[in-house]
Amino acid sequence: MGEGTGDSTGERLRRVGGDTPLLEVRHVIKRFGGFAANDDVSLKVMPGEIHALLGENGAGKSTLVKIIYGSLQPNAGEILWKGKPVTVASPAEARALGVGMVFQHFSLFEAMTVAENIALALPDCKATRELSDTIARVSANYGLPLDPNAHIADLSVGERQRVEIVRCLLQNPELIIMDEPTSVLTPQEADQLFVTLRRLAEEGCAILYISHRLEEVRTLCHHATIMRRAKVVAETDPATETVNTLAQLMVGNEITRVIREKGKLGPEAILLKGLTQVAQDAFGVSLKDINLSVRAGEIVAIAGIAGNGQKELFDALSGEEPAEKEDMVIFAGEAAGTMDINERRLLGAAFVPEERLGHGAVPALKLSENVVLTRHGTGEGIARRGFTRFGKAGRIVEKVTSLFDVRKGVIDPEARSLSGGNLQKFVVGREVERTPKILIVAQPTWGVDAGAAAVIRQSLIDLSRKGAAIVVISQDLDEIFEIADRIAVISRGHLSKAEDADTLTPEKVGLLMAGGAEKKGAAA
Amino acid sequence: MRLELVKRSEKSRLMSVLSPVVAVALTVVFAGIVFAAQGHSPLAGIWYFFLEPITSLWGVEQLITKATPLIIIALGLSVCYLSNNWNIGAEGQLTIGAIVGSIPPILFPDFVNPLVLPLMLILAMVGGALFALIPAKLKTTFGTNEILTSLMLVYCSNLFLDWMVRGPWRSPQGYNFPITIDFHEWAVLNAVDVGGIYLNLSAPIALVLVAVLAVVMRSTLKGFEIRVLGQSPRAGSFAGFSNRRMTYFAFALSGALAGLAGMMVVMSEIGKLQPVISPGYGFTAIIVAFLGRLNPVGILIAGLVIASSYLGGEAIQTSLQMSSKLATVIQGVLLFFVLAADTLILYKVRLVTGREGEGAHA
Repeated sequence: MGEGTGDSTGERLRRVGGDTPLLEVRHVIKRFGGFAANDDVSLKVMPGEIHALLGENGAGKSTLVKIIYGSLQPNAGEILWKGKPVTVASPAEARALGVGMVFQHFSLFEAMTVAENIALALPDCKATRELSDTIARVSANYGLPLDPNAHIADLSVGERQRVEIVRCLLQNPELIIMDEPTSVLTPQEADQLFVTLRRLAEEGCAILYISHRLEEVRTLCHHATIMRRAKVVAETDPATETVNTLAQLMVGNEITRVIREKGKLGPEAILLKGLTQVAQDAFGVSLKDINLSVRAGEIVAIAGIAGNGQKELFDALSGEEPAEKEDMVIFAGEAAGTMDINERRLLGAAFVPEERLGHGAVPALKLSENVVLTRHGTGEGIARRGFTRFGKAGRIVEKVTSLFDVRKGVIDPEARSLSGGNLQKFVVGREVERTPKILIVAQPTWGVDAGAAAVIRQSLIDLSRKGAAIVVISQDLDEIFEIADRIAVISRGHLSKAEDADTLTPEKVGLLMAGGAEKKGAAA
Repeated sequence: MRLELVKRSEKSRLMSVLSPVVAVALTVVFAGIVFAAQGHSPLAGIWYFFLEPITSLWGVEQLITKATPLIIIALGLSVCYLSNNWNIGAEGQLTIGAIVGSIPPILFPDFVNPLVLPLMLILAMVGGALFALIPAKLKTTFGTNEILTSLMLVYCSNLFLDWMVRGPWRSPQGYNFPITIDFHEWAVLNAVDVGGIYLNLSAPIALVLVAVLAVVMRSTLKGFEIRVLGQSPRAGSFAGFSNRRMTYFAFALSGALAGLAGMMVVMSEIGKLQPVISPGYGFTAIIVAFLGRLNPVGILIAGLVIASSYLGGEAIQTSLQMSSKLATVIQGVLLFFVLAADTLILYKVRLVTGREGEGAHA
């Protein structure tokens, strides 16, 4: 596996640079205990090439990238840089070679300025005027406008990413690794990023580009390496493939499409009236006059870039952060604003938070105990007279397991031993199995492989067609358009009017995400 | 060649049980080395320290007497530690509990009837609980570190007791010794002959508490709440549990149990108040709680093991003329090994051969 990169027919003429691979990874093996995360993986990146690394979650992409960047050491295999074998013992050594990395989760200090953050990565750590000038020049040069004196806390996610990229560029890298760079961007911001990346490639800088978004890989990348289950399964020119063929290479079989038919709408089940909440901490987002009505039988998606009030909205809906007035949140006709989470559950509501481990489930507790976690107060007799009935919870685990195809090694494992996708299926299934009348879900398929995502999305649609009102808070536009009947956008604590999904396009939603929602929300 | 710790995907049940045994074994070996270093035969030292004290009925009686307060206090502390509330001040709660519980026999010496005994126990629990609520309140209101506040309150309580027995509560018939008047007959716990061992009410109370807490932790919603909030406060609030209320609950419970234990020590062994009423039960109980894996039955066993080290300290003093402080050293070493051996529950040790190790840098 992993051979057959020799043909140059698939490469576009636009690629600049020599024919010696800039980076070559040969037969790398990385084991964690008995589990191989990389099993005989080989990869060649040419100078000036935008090289896509594709694969589902858990396919081994992150492990490979960490090995290249020096934060992990392989158990076997070798790495060649410009044809010479090298040992990359640490990220510092990787940077010395000329490898830069832009992480999916930013590592910036919010209270410091752009220049100060960048200075921290440089050898002498001084934020001088000279450095500010360099930052301004480099950022303008690559179409990444940045104010060196702005505080990180005031920047949008797209701008924060620019800081990371500029920080990386100042180290004059020859290879930049980008881990899911567009997952936090609006479509417009992503387009802007692509212009920069093409420009970099034209100057001879190679880019190793990790993404789930096959459409952008098709238009952007010269070459793609596809991984599945710790191995390289294919090498291809993505421009010659369709999104479907790429997806098939990644998943290994046809992905089941989600089936959606219009449901019958029932009475109004969720009503938010002027929901306003002041942020609890300095970096939180205040909710500003949020109005939303969701009827039984429909799914309303709330789109938005991370950190625009999604967490606060979820907490206000779940009751973990009760509202100021009881009629700000109305569930099934009852004013629930000041109720706690279990009183809301008794009204027929169920909740799935964004974070699986540590919020939706306790890592070191068994699945049956995690069933008790959210269902002890729902009047189902899982807790009676102060005693818990784990036997009953165990039967629910079995039911959820078979309904959602949760794969587990033992009958009742600890939550942390499940893979991300399986745990997410369990956490969603635990609530769906109750057939709630109201379901609030945040990021239902975040970091979950395509197969599990399809199962989860289908279950949400099926539940709504059985008469549940569902609110899905998600950053994933593909997901939103796949399952939502109506879409609203949250931006800095404002919520836009929920509009019919059929009348919207990703571009339109993107504009709302980039701030368009605020004016509308404020005017409403 | 090197040793590598490999994370297990789940807790090892076998190691959960074995790790205290490993720790005790290592402690015995360590004690042997200390005896040898002091010029004594290691085997003789181990015999006198660990085994000789429990070869007589009197030794067993002493063992139970010393273990009882440790177990009762450690039970309360285990609830604190499981729910992520670090109460280090059980010694102070014990002291204040004993002072408050001593109000009837000292201030109302003429109120002599069978009701005094339960009244004293209840007052001691209330006193200990209220005193424990001080660090709890400070934690929930100001976010102060409860480790520091609860520990510092120990010194306050000890000085308060010292002042009480030298000042307002000093016995007029005490020849100026810092002691209170002797408790009357209904204010003391009398020992009863049980098969050659003299025991008072406190031992059966400890056993009942072990059983109750075992049931609470295993199969009640309260026990579940304690575990969830300790492991993951956010998941706890998602379940509708309140961290704040749990902090009050855990501190009040452990304070009450420490007060109860302190009162029973005073009522059975001393019969009055004096400047020192506990040989550090409140601190040693922390070791007992962890050695017992914060599990009620484990605490029962750990209480007996630790109590034997008190007796062992006295035994080596008389038989080998060694300092009884060695007992404290061995308790500390035991806790050290317990915490170290706990690593084996979540990790397994793997021997990595040279080849594979070098492969990393190829």
